[in-house]
Amino acid sequence: MAQLLRGGCSGRIFKSGATVAARSMSTAWWHQVEPAPKDPILGVTEAFLADPSPNKVNVGVGAYRDDNGKPVVLECVREAERRIAGNLNMEYLPMGGSVKMVEETLKLAYGENSDLIKNKQIAAVQALSGTGACRLFADFQKRFSPDSQIYIPVPTWANHHNIWRDAHVPQEKFLYYHPASRGLDFVSMMDDIKNAPNGSFFLLHACAHNPTGVDPSEEQWREISHQFKVKGHFAFFDMAYQGFASGDPERDAKSIRIFLEDGHLIGCAQSYAKNMGLYGQRVGCLSVVCEDEKQAVAVKGQLQQLARPMYSNPPVHGALIVSTILGDPDLKNLWLKEVKDMADRIIGMRTALRENLEKLGSPLSWEHITKQIGMFCYSGMTPEQVDRLTKEYHIYMTRNGRISMAGVTTGNVGYLANAIHQVTK
Amino acid sequence: MASAILPLSSPSRPLRNDLKANWKRGTSNRTFLRKDYTKAKQSFTRTRMTLAVEVSRFNDITMAPPDPILGVSEAFKADTHEMKLNLGVGAYRTEDLQPYVLNVVKKAEKLMLERGENKEYLPIEGLAAFNKATAELLFGANNAVILQQRVATAQGLSGTGSLRLAAALIERYFPGSKVLISSPTWGNHKNIFNDARVPWSEYRYYDPKTVGLDFDGMISDIKAAPDGSFVLLHGCAHNPTGIDPTPGQWEKIADVIQEKKHIPFFDVAYQGFASGSLDADASSVRLFAARGMELLIAQSYSKNLGLYAERIGAINVVCSSSDVAERVKSQLKRLARPMYSNPPVHGARIVANVVGNSDLFDEWKEEMQMMAGRIKNVRKKLYDSLSAKDSSGKDWSFVLKQIGMFSFTGLNKAQSENMTNKWHVYMTKDGRISLAGLSSAKCEYLADAIIDSYHNVS
Repeated sequence: MAQLLRGGCSGRIFKSGATVAARSMSTAWWHQVEPAPKDPILGVTEAFLADPSPNKVNVGVGAYRDDNGKPVVLECVREAERRIAGNLNMEYLPMGGSVKMVEETLKLAYGENSDLIKNKQIAAVQALSGTGACRLFADFQKRFSPDSQIYIPVPTWANHHNIWRDAHVPQEKFLYYHPASRGLDFVSMMDDIKNAPNGSFFLLHACAHNPTGVDPSEEQWREISHQFKVKGHFAFFDMAYQGFASGDPERDAKSIRIFLEDGHLIGCAQSYAKNMGLYGQRVGCLSVVCEDEKQAVAVKGQLQQLARPMYSNPPVHGALIVSTILGDPDLKNLWLKEVKDMADRIIGMRTALRENLEKLGSPLSWEHITKQIGMFCYSGMTPEQVDRLTKEYHIYMTRNGRISMAGVTTGNVGYLANAIHQVTK
Repeated sequence: MASAILPLSSPSRPLRNDLKANWKRGTSNRTFLRKDYTKAKQSFTRTRMTLAVEVSRFNDITMAPPDPILGVSEAFKADTHEMKLNLGVGAYRTEDLQPYVLNVVKKAEKLMLERGENKEYLPIEGLAAFNKATAELLFGANNAVILQQRVATAQGLSGTGSLRLAAALIERYFPGSKVLISSPTWGNHKNIFNDARVPWSEYRYYDPKTVGLDFDGMISDIKAAPDGSFVLLHGCAHNPTGIDPTPGQWEKIADVIQEKKHIPFFDVAYQGFASGSLDADASSVRLFAARGMELLIAQSYSKNLGLYAERIGAINVVCSSSDVAERVKSQLKRLARPMYSNPPVHGARIVANVVGNSDLFDEWKEEMQMMAGRIKNVRKKLYDSLSAKDSSGKDWSFVLKQIGMFSFTGLNKAQSENMTNKWHVYMTKDGRISLAGLSSAKCEYLADAIIDSYHNVS
């Protein structure tokens, strides 16, 4: 058959009608597939796991560890699992996910007595943790504001870029981190907000900015909100650390509440990966504030329409854990206590790391370790210094110098401080 | 007066200097913000709760149409009629029309609870034990593709999520290549390829005259497509028709796909559910793999392990070498990361525990037989009822010949609507009924409804 040699598949001969011997096929289909670069964050953990050194320290990925460096399953979660085990069937959730879980989740972000909730103005769906919520919003933005771009802070969680890129939404940057002070470059940030075209979409970290740990003050948030009103910008909040920043979820939602007070119609991604330790369960929520109930129903339907060809409906197990905990006052109180304990341990480790470095006589200022907030510390170390930490001391972190404080323990803080001192002095 | 508005805790340094400067100048009327932001109004906006809400950016958004499949269940729930029957979504029901959690699943969960496992992130590609188990279940543990490590497997969000990953891979590495899908096919296939921006076209499949397979049309359309297209095939228990090719027909399909240098792309959502045997139901996939072809296969554990809402499945790419498989796997990860970072752990652990434990695995095979058996019984009962009640002489034997959870009744849209409006039988408008939602007790009622709709509505 003449068509055999078409299509650039050289060297493959077929006899018509006969089955082909197994080894005569070519590599025509996938040979052009290059190996993907290692994910800068999750790749760190892979490398860490492969390291046989007994001294190794993982301060890479933002997953909480206790003071023994062990992963933690919260007591409230264990209890919730006991209650739900074997009880319910595993029928598909509605496309928008668990209604109960979404209700409870909105209360956390918007306030127990939020008028927006009462008036049913919020379009909200269960999402695949924070990533899934951001992705769903990015796809939604692409579909319904096709000419818009997303303004992303510099720096930000690396996967934000991947998400909006794969959603085909063009990206712009706004300045955020001030390397010299290891703090917020508020002036430049406000300039960028002002200079962006009216009605731009902005990605904001509600609290505990990842990777820098640098948050605007309450007053700075008010100014940001005001300028957003002047410019008619859209605020999309990624809130992955509610409860983790200060230990108090209400306080950590302050930025969002400020924007709501000012009448902004925001979008919000929430995640239970860290604050409930449900990392692998992939539980989160995407919400979009609308003008009225009718619009919220329409927007929710469209969000579901985007989710259906991605995963049909979201996973139930984590959602059940969340709604069991938040729906029971005792379990909820237990949760609040456990979140505060986690946040306090991290704050304690920040203090310890800074004190250790100062005791070692480091010539540099490490004030930012205790000024920054949340799980991460932006150390200011260079990629080369980070590489040395890994090669010489078996300390694993992302090359942007971000330290996950959750991986610091009383057992390793001295070792860590010494290693940092050695590579930075 | 103005100073009361701004809390003075930790403002940034430039702002603090401004405040001091303004205070010195005695500016009780001026706002204390940086000079660029001198709107007097905002002193009011900050202290009041609900303002006039600004116009939403999303004002023009209209209601999305209800999902044709999942929307059926929602309508069913709202119906209060006592004879209502939900034959919409393909979720298995017991004879009492209750959802069914498999015993092996309960046992596996109990084990997991006792072990007290943590909830850390899975790797992007999912749980390793699950990936191993799922590929072995599909191909057989001693299959050449497994022994030669030529399969790139990534855990996905059930069938949908796995299909979506594959579609994204196709879009990225085969831009412009088409996917050929059967006419008809599962409603969500088109949405997946549309949202992934992969062009698609249909090949003939269902023949309404015979209520069977239009094999010649299928072969002809696959031949007519541009070389190197992707051909989406249902591994077993075709959804929505229940009509599968015979083994001989599968061989011919493989012939023409090889001839055209197409890539076979299997959707395997019902392994075990079609015949009751996990191995038998994988024979189409294994036939293609044995020919040394490169293939894509999406799997789901929603039905066969009843894990619907846990969203557990996998995408497998059979490649020509283990090196290529490594690279393809890395790119699947790169597509998954901006979608959901890493997949949910719970369902994966259940599958790994069931498949990895030989007692549980054997028990699963028995439960699988039981579920598939119930569906076969119900098909028989429905067929008997239809034949007994319908005096027109119409041949209802397609009910017996079709396989799996679904039956394509041959009812058109108006007739399907009659089923719902008059008889409170919920099904999809393409005439598909889910036998998994039918009990023996309701077969006669359903037969009445079908006969009435078929003969009295056009």
